[in-house]
Amino acid sequence: MNLIIGIILLLSLAVVFLIFRSTEILSVAKKKIETSFEDSNNTNNAILGVVFMFVSFAVIFWYSYDQFENYFLPMASKHAPEVELLFWVTMAVTFTVFIVTQIIMFYFGYRYRYKKERKAYFYPENHKLEIVWTVIPAIVLVGLIGWGLVKWNNIMGPAPKDAEVIEIVGYQFAWASRYPGPDNELGNANYKLIDVENIVGIDFTDSSSLDDFMPREIHIPKGKPVLFKIKARDVIHSVYLPYMRSQMNAVPGMPTQMWFIPTKTTAEMREETGNENFNFEIVCNKICGRAHFSMKHTVIVEEEWEYIKWKNEQKSWIEKNPDYYADFIKNNSTDVATLND
Amino acid sequence: MEITKTSTKPKVQEHDHHDDHHEQSFITKYIFSEDHKMIAKQFLITGIFWAIIGGAMSSLFRIQLGFPDMDLTALSPIIGNWLTPQGKIDPEVYLALITMHGTIMVFFVLTAGLSGTFSNFLIPLQIGARDMASGFLNMLSYWFFFLSSIVMFISIFVEGGPASGGWTIYPPLSALPQAVSGSGMGMTLWLVSMALFIVSALLGALNYITTVINLRTEGMTFFRMPLTIWAFLVTAILGVLSFPVLLSAALLLIMDRSFGTSFYLSDIYIAGEALSNQGGSAILFQHLFWFLGHPEVYIVILPSLGITSEIIATCSRKPIFGYRAMVYSIFGIGVLSFVVWAHHMFISGMNPFLGSVFTILTLIIAVPSAVKAFNYIATLWRGNIVFTPAMLFSIGLVSFFISGGLTGLFLGNSVVDINLHDTYFVVAHFHIVMGSASFFGLFAGVYHWFPKMFGRMMNRTLGYVHFWVTFIGAYLVFFPLHYIGIAGFPRRYYSFTNFETGRIESFIDLNTFVSFAAIITFAVQFLFLFNFFYSIYRGRRAPKNPWNSNTIEWTTPVEPGHGNWPGAIPKVERWPYDYSKPGSEKDFIPQDVPLSKTPESNMPDDSSR
Repeated sequence: MNLIIGIILLLSLAVVFLIFRSTEILSVAKKKIETSFEDSNNTNNAILGVVFMFVSFAVIFWYSYDQFENYFLPMASKHAPEVELLFWVTMAVTFTVFIVTQIIMFYFGYRYRYKKERKAYFYPENHKLEIVWTVIPAIVLVGLIGWGLVKWNNIMGPAPKDAEVIEIVGYQFAWASRYPGPDNELGNANYKLIDVENIVGIDFTDSSSLDDFMPREIHIPKGKPVLFKIKARDVIHSVYLPYMRSQMNAVPGMPTQMWFIPTKTTAEMREETGNENFNFEIVCNKICGRAHFSMKHTVIVEEEWEYIKWKNEQKSWIEKNPDYYADFIKNNSTDVATLND
Repeated sequence: MEITKTSTKPKVQEHDHHDDHHEQSFITKYIFSEDHKMIAKQFLITGIFWAIIGGAMSSLFRIQLGFPDMDLTALSPIIGNWLTPQGKIDPEVYLALITMHGTIMVFFVLTAGLSGTFSNFLIPLQIGARDMASGFLNMLSYWFFFLSSIVMFISIFVEGGPASGGWTIYPPLSALPQAVSGSGMGMTLWLVSMALFIVSALLGALNYITTVINLRTEGMTFFRMPLTIWAFLVTAILGVLSFPVLLSAALLLIMDRSFGTSFYLSDIYIAGEALSNQGGSAILFQHLFWFLGHPEVYIVILPSLGITSEIIATCSRKPIFGYRAMVYSIFGIGVLSFVVWAHHMFISGMNPFLGSVFTILTLIIAVPSAVKAFNYIATLWRGNIVFTPAMLFSIGLVSFFISGGLTGLFLGNSVVDINLHDTYFVVAHFHIVMGSASFFGLFAGVYHWFPKMFGRMMNRTLGYVHFWVTFIGAYLVFFPLHYIGIAGFPRRYYSFTNFETGRIESFIDLNTFVSFAAIITFAVQFLFLFNFFYSIYRGRRAPKNPWNSNTIEWTTPVEPGHGNWPGAIPKVERWPYDYSKPGSEKDFIPQDVPLSKTPESNMPDDSSR
């Protein structure tokens, strides 16, 4: 194998050298100065440009059409179609500009390739034209920006009051989630209380933390606003839900948040994609170390009644870890009071 | 440097005999040279060295992405313990490779290798100066770069590997050795190297600015400068204003890493231990980094745009369309580049209102960029186009600049960026608009000014082959990444086998294809290297003005000596774009030809140019 690669390399080097020497010698023999503009290659290059362009367009159109299902993800949140509409309008605008400018450019290359008898047209400026192609992009951009900002403010604005609040904590290399429990209030947490068992550092001296529970998978209800309160324990991570078109970084020392309204349950997605193992997953989308690529967490979207049922079945963290809680209260009651000062 | 005033004639002549007649020793001529042309070549060769390393690294991680099951044991003599026992690249090595690839390409190749080469080479030659304002600082600039290169090179081989937190080195990942092994010694060396690099960049940039402002020859008014010089000038100003901010960001990071401060660190629990750092802000680093990082993008692309402006005009045998609009758009891009940085941080957790502000500012910068693209195309219209390899690469640049610039409209719009942020769409965008486009500017510049640098011609046929394979190859590598990005695949992933259940299969073939194209494209660059080095010694002798160009560097001897012009420096009589002027017999009138000698082609508004 190595020998073959070596031989191929040597052969290609020899070919390069031969091309080099033969064209050099040929041009010396013809007494052609390198700058001679009358060069058959000039036309060849101009034609190649046009050919390249059309072949590329054909491949782009074919692939974009043929593989649409593969690269366009189903949309599973309320704002996703709005974002996608802006995305595809931007696509229409930019793709048109792309096609038109490339056609014009390669066509000019072919149409105005060097001819000895012709002289180029001395045309240093045209203010009207320049103003036109300054103002038109500006207007189009104002439209795209205005549209984008309205949507941006909606999506990034405050979450509705009735949103389901869930805390998401990223750490190397997994995610943890904490629900507020029946009292609908997340208890305090402090990074100094984190240990192997209490992985998000819940402060159990805060009474609202007593009913908090931490499930193995995140469950959220379809059709209700969901607010993620996002934290990171060690380095920056990013909560990315591609099907929801939602993303927010998780930053140590600075809580962030994002909210959305799921519109498809996991079961519905399994049907739509024809993949019975389908799951929504939070994937980490900010480089965070060795196992960045495998840092993910399953999110199950279900009908609201299923969600409520599931929630009611969950045991609080201290119920699952009574010994830890007892020790905690014994050891930390005074320390924590000072920590929280 | 004794040659500082060249604007008055008598003084110029005093120096004339001085410049040709002393033999320099090997060391002062080739190593510690103060001649801008030699320094330019030093930057170029060092840049080429780094480009090979950076390109080889990308081939390695593309193998991991495209052929994840390949057994690389055969490569172990070269990359040794970077492999797992199964013969695959280790995940942390993968991160180190992408980090170093980015750092090397952005800073060492496309900043130092591009701006360092052409600003140094062309500024004195095109404005009519005997050398830079300070030859000594110029020499220091190269040697600081050299030192920085050595430190960065050493960092590749240290225990724990080189920096591996991405080229943006966001803390806390880059601040805590517990987080990833590359954040140990490798990161320290990265920071030291970058500090040296910034010193080099500053020395160079101050020199470029001073030279352009003070050493223009008689008649070379600002609006008679070729667009290359305008681009280098604005690039240098951007560098002077933004690199110090990176230095401060790096210094604070060094403090956090080594001296227990908490500028960027707060509330961290890592490796079974809660750190005592509190009150710092990880976002602060991002603001500081991108305050350099975004202008840096333009530091990388502007020189290329300048170079291609010059080449497209020369090879279309036409004046550049809208010279003043080009100058103003360079300035517009330069100014705006300082107020768009936070578009890299839309979802970093900063206030969404800031996101709105930066969306507006970001999309405004698209306007001067669009003007530039349109002006290039208008220059081609009714030209008489000569496809030299340099011209082909320039057209390739315009193609990339358009296709990569357009995808910026998606990423600059904050709401669309939510879903595309940090996906392969971003990778596609910047590799086309700043990676490929800048590289093409670099190639165009080398092909075009090679005769002036080495007094010989490069082989054209090899140049054509090099262009077509690279052009098609670059599109084949980077265009497909858009689809992978739209599908929501994150960048900086070692593998996608663990990625969302059910989507493992989606792009295996496409990734293999991209890797294949990337490796071929990289391999073809050796064709260029062969052509480059072989032509230095064995290329055909160049004529004095091979491209029939107007700018005054072509009035120097074929191989200009120290001081550039053996006699007096030519006086500049006109703007640099009098190509195919009506009435003129030739299709070019060099800048040193007075209007009084060309009555047949003079125009009423000539004096305003």
